[in-house]
Amino acid sequence: MYPSTFTYYRAGSVQEALKLLVENPDAKLLAGGHSLIPAMKLRLATPSALIDISRIPELAGIRDAGDRIVIGAMTRYDDIRRSDLVQRVLPILPEAIDVIGDLQVRNMGTIGGSLAHADPAADLPAVVLALGAELKAVGPNGERTIPADQFFVDLFTTALQANEILTEIAIPKPPARTGMSYQKFANPASGYAVVGVAAVVPLGEDGKVSAVRVGVTGAGPYAVRRENVEQALVGKEPTAEAIEAASQLASEGMNFNSDIFASEEYRAHLTRVFTKRALTRAVERARG
Amino acid sequence: MQITVTVNGVTYTHDVEPRLLLVHYLRDVLNLTGTHIGCDTSQCGACTVLMNGKAVKSCTIFAVQADGAEITTIEGLARDGQLHPVQEGFWEKHGLQCGYCTPGMIMTAVDFLQRNPNPTEEEIRHAIEGNLCRCTGYQNIVRAIQYAAEKMRSGS
Repeated sequence: MYPSTFTYYRAGSVQEALKLLVENPDAKLLAGGHSLIPAMKLRLATPSALIDISRIPELAGIRDAGDRIVIGAMTRYDDIRRSDLVQRVLPILPEAIDVIGDLQVRNMGTIGGSLAHADPAADLPAVVLALGAELKAVGPNGERTIPADQFFVDLFTTALQANEILTEIAIPKPPARTGMSYQKFANPASGYAVVGVAAVVPLGEDGKVSAVRVGVTGAGPYAVRRENVEQALVGKEPTAEAIEAASQLASEGMNFNSDIFASEEYRAHLTRVFTKRALTRAVERARG
Repeated sequence: MQITVTVNGVTYTHDVEPRLLLVHYLRDVLNLTGTHIGCDTSQCGACTVLMNGKAVKSCTIFAVQADGAEITTIEGLARDGQLHPVQEGFWEKHGLQCGYCTPGMIMTAVDFLQRNPNPTEEEIRHAIEGNLCRCTGYQNIVRAIQYAAEKMRSGS
C-alpha cells in the first residue's frame, strides 16, 4: 500500500520544525510514525508534507530535574522502558509500556507521539493523568504548560494548537510510600486497551490514603481522570471494602464507547473491575 | 530525496520518493527479497528488520526515515557461511512450516536475545507478540529461540 505523495522535511531543531509548520499548514508532524503511517497507507490521512521531528536532539532523553522527571516527547517507549531512573521512580511507565503494541512498535513509538495522537485506546494517556504530569508545548508565541487533566479534550483531539509542538512531559516524583499500577483489558486481536486504568496511590505514615489519582483510557472517546473514585478513598484506610466501594463509582457520569468487541455496558463493567485491580495492586505496592 | 543507508554492511546511496516504504526499498531497489511483506498493516511482523540493532517493521517506516541508519536483513545474519544461532535454532527445532513469517520472526528474536540472553518461555512468547505465524502454533518457534539462547550463552 502506498500513501499519497508528500514532501518530507527533517527538522533539526524545534524552531526549524515550528517554521516548517507555518510554511506547511497541511503538514503532519512525524514522530515514530506507528499511528500516522498506517493511517497514511490506508489514505485515511493524506498530509501534503511530513515534518520529521524524531531526530531533534533536544526532544529526546530522560532527565532528573529535582522534584520532577522530565521525558522528552521524542523519547521512544523502549528507551523509557529501559531507563533505570524511570524503573526506580515511576515503575508504572515500564508496566504500561510492556503492554503497548509489540516489541517492534515499542522500538519506534514515542511517548509524545502517543499523547499528541490521543488515540482513545492508547495506554499512556491514562498513565500521565494518574501521574499528574505536565505537558510542555512550544508554539510561535513561546511555550506553555498544559496539565495532563486538560490535555485530552475529545476523540483524537488534544489541547495542542495546530501550530504547537509537544516537547516534553514533566512528571512530579511521587512521595514515599506511593504505589502505582496500570491494569489493562486488551483487545485480543489488536492489543489496544478496551479499558485501561492507571492508579497512583500515596499512603500517609498512618497507612491511610493521603492522595490518589486514577486515569481511565479505552472506555470513552478520550482518557479521563476519575475524581469521584479519588475522593471516595482520600483519608481512608485502603481496605478491600473501601477500594471496592470506590471502584463502583468509576463508571459514573462517563461516556462509553461501543463497538463490535465491547458494548457500553461491558466497558462500564470493565472500568469498575479494572479500577479495583489497579487500586488494589497500587496499594499492595505502596505497602511494600 | 537522497538517502544513504548501510544494509548488511554495504553502503548504498539512492534518490527515493519520500513515500517509498523501507520494505519496498529493500525488496525492489536493493533486490533483498528475504524480507517479506505479509499484512502490510503493521501487525504481522513478516517485514521485520534490524534498524541500528533494533527490530522494526519495515512496512511502517519510510525509507527516508532510515537515512543514515544501519539495516540488517535476514540475508545479513549468517557469517562466513555459518548460520546465526537463531537461524540454526529454527533449522534444528523445526521452527517453521511454510516459512513466510520466518525472516521477521528471526530478526525479532535476534533483537530480543541481545537484550535478554536468558529468557523464560513466557518472555519469549511476549517478545514475539508482533510476529504472526499461521502454521506452527508457535511451539517450535519458542523451542528454536530457546535453542539459540542457550547456544549464544555458551558462546559457541
